[in-house]
Amino acid sequence: MKFGVALKSALEALRANPMRSFLTMLGIMIGVASVMAMMAISEGAARQVDAQISSLGANNLTVRPGADRRGGRSSGAGGRTPFTDSDVEDLRSEPYALAVSARINGSGTVVAGETNWSTSIYGVNTDYFISQAWNAQEGRLFEDREVSSGQAVAVIGVTISDTLFEGSSALGQKIRVNNVPVTVIGVLDKKGQSNFGSDRDDVVIVPITTARNRILGGNATTRNYVSDISVSVTPGYDMALAQDELEERLRVIRKIRPGKDDDFRVFNIADFIRARSSTQATFGILLAFTAAVSLIVGGVGVMNIMLVSVTERTREIGLRMAIGARKQDILGQFLFEALGLCLIGGIIGSGLGVGAAELASKLGDFPVNISPTIALVSIGASVLIGLFFGFFPARRAAQLNPIEALRHD
Amino acid sequence: MSLSPAFAYRRKAINHSMQSPATSPPLISCRKVTKTYVMGTQKVHALKGVDLTFQRGEMTSIMGPSGSGKSTLMNLIGALDVPTSGDLEINGKNLAKLKSNDLADLRNETIGFIFQQFNLLGRSSALTNVKLPLRYSRNPLKDIDARAAECLEMVGLGDRMDHRPMQLSGGQQQRVAIARALAGSPSILLADEPTGALDTKTSEDIMDLLTGLSDQGITVIIVTHEHEVAEYATRRIHFRDGEIERDERATT
Repeated sequence: MKFGVALKSALEALRANPMRSFLTMLGIMIGVASVMAMMAISEGAARQVDAQISSLGANNLTVRPGADRRGGRSSGAGGRTPFTDSDVEDLRSEPYALAVSARINGSGTVVAGETNWSTSIYGVNTDYFISQAWNAQEGRLFEDREVSSGQAVAVIGVTISDTLFEGSSALGQKIRVNNVPVTVIGVLDKKGQSNFGSDRDDVVIVPITTARNRILGGNATTRNYVSDISVSVTPGYDMALAQDELEERLRVIRKIRPGKDDDFRVFNIADFIRARSSTQATFGILLAFTAAVSLIVGGVGVMNIMLVSVTERTREIGLRMAIGARKQDILGQFLFEALGLCLIGGIIGSGLGVGAAELASKLGDFPVNISPTIALVSIGASVLIGLFFGFFPARRAAQLNPIEALRHD
Repeated sequence: MSLSPAFAYRRKAINHSMQSPATSPPLISCRKVTKTYVMGTQKVHALKGVDLTFQRGEMTSIMGPSGSGKSTLMNLIGALDVPTSGDLEINGKNLAKLKSNDLADLRNETIGFIFQQFNLLGRSSALTNVKLPLRYSRNPLKDIDARAAECLEMVGLGDRMDHRPMQLSGGQQQRVAIARALAGSPSILLADEPTGALDTKTSEDIMDLLTGLSDQGITVIIVTHEHEVAEYATRRIHFRDGEIERDERATT
């Protein structure tokens, strides 16, 4: 095939009939644009879920005491024997445990100067920051020795910092947490909303010992109790296996006899979020499928126009054959014409798709993710459509008998 | 034979001194060529064993009623079709042995077509139309623009190169078509009713042009209904019912 001639002839034909070319492209444009927009939206949703999961600290197994049920009355979650510091230490020796964080939580009032604020108060060990993948954006986190000696230090969330200090630095400031003076040594990275809608930056975090002994003092928490434990699983270790092993280990620690129910629960929060988002993903796939159907309909439009074009230009085809065009030259010419329609339509369509995705994101307030991969896939798909639906008309043109073609009117 | 006055004085009796049929091998030779079409259940014998040779530089007219087989012969000589039986050789190549691509290349290199309806690409300039066969050539020239322009000058349209067919008269369009046929420097020009769509004066110009080309050594074969046109040829073949009825040569 003479590549140059085929391409040139195809472009001449497209230019000769601009309105028809445009309308034919329109089908492809709409198809590609909707495929792109849908992919951008579902990709955006998937990214959001990933971000949520990683902000929870990936691969965490959270352990809580189970609900107690005696005489038909449930005590609610955490009713059973709480975990203790020694359980935390025990779990550290598990092969999959990257970090074992301990937390007790409560609420209280923080006061700085004349401002006061009701907030959540966490007492944690240092592994907590590892398991939550949480760092200080300013200052530092507290260290193991500050936990073991129960120092009066705190790291605070961005919301607290903004509320109490309104722009000036919180570092080194003394705040009163439930009337206990502590020094702010760090401000945490912004985490944003939790998956359940609460503000995760509205928190004051102190060493677990400090919380127990001085701030959240009370019956349940004065001893070495821990409200929840979070085990970070070493990356690469199978989560389901780790969960099984952890449950097994906890039954031993808590001396549960075979056949008896667990008195604790192990959650994989990432699983929970994934389950919730899979509905969303299914919806996204459905939308993308619908969009793909519209792309195929666009392809059928291209085929239709190409068949018309072949019929209209039968004499031209006969002439080209008479002056020495080979079958492949004719095939190439019409294939390039269909490809041209689809490629140009695909490029314009992906531009429209980006616009549509951005607009949808603004109006609907959800994230979109437009990656070059999506654009390439969309344009690639339109090229395939062009090849697929262009081939049949092009072959019909190439198979024409030159004598009959020249006689055609 | 009576001639219209307009044509009579133009009629030329050309002395083909360069032509010596006895010594040089024929450019085109048909031996017992038949062509049978199947139309539904009926067989149509378009050519019933034709023996013919054409020498280089010969100018031949082919006449005959519709369905006499003259168009079929043109299609065969034009390598657009292959015989049902018999041998047809062009430039020593047996058409029956050529594949589709070889036939296309033969048309591109050896044969120039001229049609009644010109068959120019309406969207393209005269120059682009003439370039078309050069673009399909397997041995492309370096400067196809220059060659196309040269051909347009040969047919007297050096100043109309950028015109589209719509902007040209019928005669000029046929000249563009002749220039296109000449672009690949063919040995054979096949003209199918070349003056069928033209008025008398323009027809004469076109026939003069073809005669001149034949003088330059190109084999010109013209299918026509018009006696006036046929008179230009030095050899006149009449077909009837798929067979040669008469094959005459004009004498000086």
